[in-house]
Amino acid sequence: MTTRKLVDARGSFCPGPLMELIAAMKAAQIGDELEVLSTDKGSANEIPEWIHKVKHEHLGTKEENGVWHVVVRKAK
Amino acid sequence: MSNRLSIMVISGSRERLQMAAMVASVGAVGGSDVRVFLSMNALSFFVKGKPKDAPAEGEVGQLLARKKAPPFAELFANAVELGDAKIYPCSMAMDVLELEHGDLEPYVGEAMGLTKFLDDAAEGQVWSF
Repeated sequence: MTTRKLVDARGSFCPGPLMELIAAMKAAQIGDELEVLSTDKGSANEIPEWIHKVKHEHLGTKEENGVWHVVVRKAK
Repeated sequence: MSNRLSIMVISGSRERLQMAAMVASVGAVGGSDVRVFLSMNALSFFVKGKPKDAPAEGEVGQLLARKKAPPFAELFANAVELGDAKIYPCSMAMDVLELEHGDLEPYVGEAMGLTKFLDDAAEGQVWSF
């Protein structure tokens, strides 16, 4: 069963949210989804770049009330 | 083209240490073979237990200290733990500061000489801070 883990990196600056995501990815299973919450706009752009580079799956990014939600599926 | 990223860090300023740590951590987790060489005024900030309050050069450095930017020491540790980066203290600076390997933070490797670092850096990108 697919699980979605929340990575709350609100308040941190680049590359803090990316590092928090990667630490959580290490502990996740293939197929798991992770949702990063970030108030740092730069990280909202940087995280999808990393996802594409290392070939995980970017499921989407949306902004709500100054918080970016970036969702990724661990693909390998 | 080699994916090696060689980073020489000699400054003890907050901005330069932060930028070096950002390049090392983001490069390493992106799959680059990252090698960091610590020398001159940078090295003493990697002594175990020493405060990491490097002086700021300007406005951004002052803001980094006040806002919740990830500390440079944490980013270097991330580079090693999450991206398998290698961090080497300069053997000359170790001698000048009278340091042993055990005096340094656990994510810092064994001392390396400049000849070896330059030889390894001959392929890939080289950055200095």
